[in-house]
Amino acid sequence: MSALAGGGLALGLYEQPFRGAFAAAQQPPGRGGLSPHAFLEIHADGTVTIQSKNPEIGQGVSTMLPMLIAEELDVEWSQVRVEQAGLDERAFGPQFAGGSMSTPMNWEPLRRVGAAARQLLITAAARKWGVAETECSTDAGKVVHAASKRSLGYGELAQDAASLPLPDASTLKLKDARDYRIIGKPLPGVDNNAILTGKPIFGIDVKLPGMLYAVYQKCPVFAGKVKTANLDALRGMPGVRHAFVVDGKVKATPIVDSDPGMEPGIAIVADTWWQAQVARKALKVEWDFAAGSEAAPAMSSQGFADQAEKLLKEPAAHTIRTYGNAETALKTAAKIVEATYAYPFLTHGTLEPQNATAKFDGGKLEIWTTSQAPGGGRQLVAHQLGIAESDITIHMVRAGGGFGRRLMNEYMVEAAWIAREVKAPVQVMWSREDDIAHDAYRPGGWHGLKAGLDAQGKVTAWQQHLITYGQGQHTAPSADIGGDEFPSGRVPNYFIGHSTMPLWLRTGPLRAPGANAYAFVGQSFLDEIALAAGRDPLDLQLELLATVPDASGNSRLSGFNAERLAGVLKQVAEETGWRNRSRKQGTGMGIAAYSCHQGYCAEVAEVTVDAANRVRVNQVWAVADVGRQIINPSGARAQAEGGIIEAIGHLNLEITLAGGRVEQTNFTQYHLPRMRQTPQMHISWRITDNTPTGLGEPVMPAVIPAVCNAIFAATGKRVRSLPIMKSGFSLA
Amino acid sequence: MSLKLTVNQKAVQADASPDTPLLWVLRDHLDLKSAKYGCGVGSCGSCTVLVDGRPVRSCITPVSAVAHAQITTIEGLSPDGTHPVQKAWQEVDVPQCGYCQSGQIMAAVALLERTPKPTDEQIDTAMQGNLCRCGTYARVRKAIHTAAGQPALRD
Repeated sequence: MSALAGGGLALGLYEQPFRGAFAAAQQPPGRGGLSPHAFLEIHADGTVTIQSKNPEIGQGVSTMLPMLIAEELDVEWSQVRVEQAGLDERAFGPQFAGGSMSTPMNWEPLRRVGAAARQLLITAAARKWGVAETECSTDAGKVVHAASKRSLGYGELAQDAASLPLPDASTLKLKDARDYRIIGKPLPGVDNNAILTGKPIFGIDVKLPGMLYAVYQKCPVFAGKVKTANLDALRGMPGVRHAFVVDGKVKATPIVDSDPGMEPGIAIVADTWWQAQVARKALKVEWDFAAGSEAAPAMSSQGFADQAEKLLKEPAAHTIRTYGNAETALKTAAKIVEATYAYPFLTHGTLEPQNATAKFDGGKLEIWTTSQAPGGGRQLVAHQLGIAESDITIHMVRAGGGFGRRLMNEYMVEAAWIAREVKAPVQVMWSREDDIAHDAYRPGGWHGLKAGLDAQGKVTAWQQHLITYGQGQHTAPSADIGGDEFPSGRVPNYFIGHSTMPLWLRTGPLRAPGANAYAFVGQSFLDEIALAAGRDPLDLQLELLATVPDASGNSRLSGFNAERLAGVLKQVAEETGWRNRSRKQGTGMGIAAYSCHQGYCAEVAEVTVDAANRVRVNQVWAVADVGRQIINPSGARAQAEGGIIEAIGHLNLEITLAGGRVEQTNFTQYHLPRMRQTPQMHISWRITDNTPTGLGEPVMPAVIPAVCNAIFAATGKRVRSLPIMKSGFSLA
Repeated sequence: MSLKLTVNQKAVQADASPDTPLLWVLRDHLDLKSAKYGCGVGSCGSCTVLVDGRPVRSCITPVSAVAHAQITTIEGLSPDGTHPVQKAWQEVDVPQCGYCQSGQIMAAVALLERTPKPTDEQIDTAMQGNLCRCGTYARVRKAIHTAAGQPALRD
């Protein structure tokens, strides 16, 4: 079966939850399903090359997605070779890495791709033998006709099968899970050998004949423009071929776009990256810092904190959701619990800095990119360079980490812009300083919380006021909170609202956007409430989860299944002996649970805190419910481990601003977790009868409050502000 | 300027100025892409290679300083990924994105040369310069124990 370009295929068989966000072509309804011809090629020797459709950023989809196809195709995994697909959403469906969506969006369609290919092979064999298809079966790479004891290998049938019309996707029978030979096995990553032998498989490893290297120096204050620069001096330096100013395409808007494309800056292009970087060090540039926004150079973390303090004293400017009357209920509560929580800006810190490689050939453009959203990137490049999308070919290259950073695509525009200007292939690579200075940051925020308890210790009212960034009721990217934020709908009187402050800085999604901060806030505050009520926080949560949700317009809550969250909480409590936990001074356990990206996760953390307030996270137990099938247990566990380590990082990290710019410049000032800070991790799955969903994000959010609640148990001191240094703690 | 170096037991030449960091000579002049750029200040360890068997942050090592040394990169550990440390890494399925892994492996190789049966504490200390943003640390530690021929002391 040869890999022909797919066409004329309906994508109707699976849901597209992010309909508005992704520009996959809608085909007219037809025989249904994605074409196996796009995804796989069976060779004469029976080996199979399978295309992995989504960007690989370390989340393991280049192994997991082909497993789905291989299982239903019915071949031995040892016969499979995986190739990274290029961008072609008509053939492959939406291609992106985000929202933990690879699993739920592809679980059905890719199994059907494998099953369709298997059906074609059966049809080809049946015709060859002159028997009914219903008498044929398959067994690991061969079609078998039991009655006549004949079999043919897939390799022998591939050519015939390729010429047959595609079967109707709705008629395909998928395997029973009991018969799985590939799905459910802990398979090692398909690129492991390449990684372990140092093969050039990452974005920065791309090398083209005649390629030049570029650094692109931007203003430390967003969208500042060049006033003067000593470009003549640079042009004479070793290896330097070009040095020029770019005005860029950024327009001033009240809220800064997460991905505005080409910012103003100076391009330095040289024979090697190091020569470009050395030239950049000799750059003397005068910036107009206020070119993008007059207020920008005055912005600082201290200024934001002062503003937030003022805003918290007032009622929320905008209501997000309210029912009952929280204000009144609080007045008559037996007990009130009140607290302010806060968390900082964070940078993504992908270990491979942002980069892209671009090459023009006549009017045609090729880009090699690590983007998590290559389709969006192609659109952005087309729009900003004034080229047709159909003239742009995107090659997807393995990324040294994504974490949401690579959903933004400005580096693709930079590479294309500079390549066009210098008329040569160009790789733009950002230094670490560029990467930290020019992120779309996880926005910081403040929450003013007030809860009322009745005499039995039940929560009767909940008031939450988010101070965030934006203008009026509109929030900056990834700075919004939903009306369904727990415990919305589960307490009799509820209010959640926000007030905004202006910000001249890019913000955007970091792994588990929103959740990565709001779990810390809500689950820590619930721990405080439990203490005030004299109750175990586990019992308080389970009671809230058992409450029938308020009936007044819960449309956004329709996806949330309280029983699943209660289920993982109970399981983690059982696994850790939660109810019999010891209460020794200096050690403690904390519990928390959260649902995001269709997954449900509960965690318990155990910490020790020494006399100098150094916190060691000894153990973390995580129980995750992501449906009825863990596709690759090794990869799944890896995502859970990674999420836990990421969460521990949040305890220790902050990005601060002064003079409109980010103060931290390198990892020496942004202390990501190291091996010695790794806890012992116990990860288990709660298998429920639900469609399999993803693991890139759901495990991480509840770890932060689990640890902070454990710190409280160990010391009696509550962490209400991240990083923990603000409360006098440090990570050992 | 033409420099002579010994990399993976082969004599090579590179046309680079003497203060060019070894990382960029390897990547841009010798086409050995395994050592990675992560920070440029010796903080993340993704550029780690061995110089006379010792782990070195090649992003801050001027090439002139290693002109007479034996430089080893991951490409020189084995012709086909069969060095015991590479095999252990495969067995434990360590990599997530994989970007830090070359540096991790070279640091691990150096550790095991000096300390054939390291404790967890010794591993943590030797590996503290190697950042992994994805969080593969537990598996790195386990793989080091596996390569040392001893069971992992904790999962």
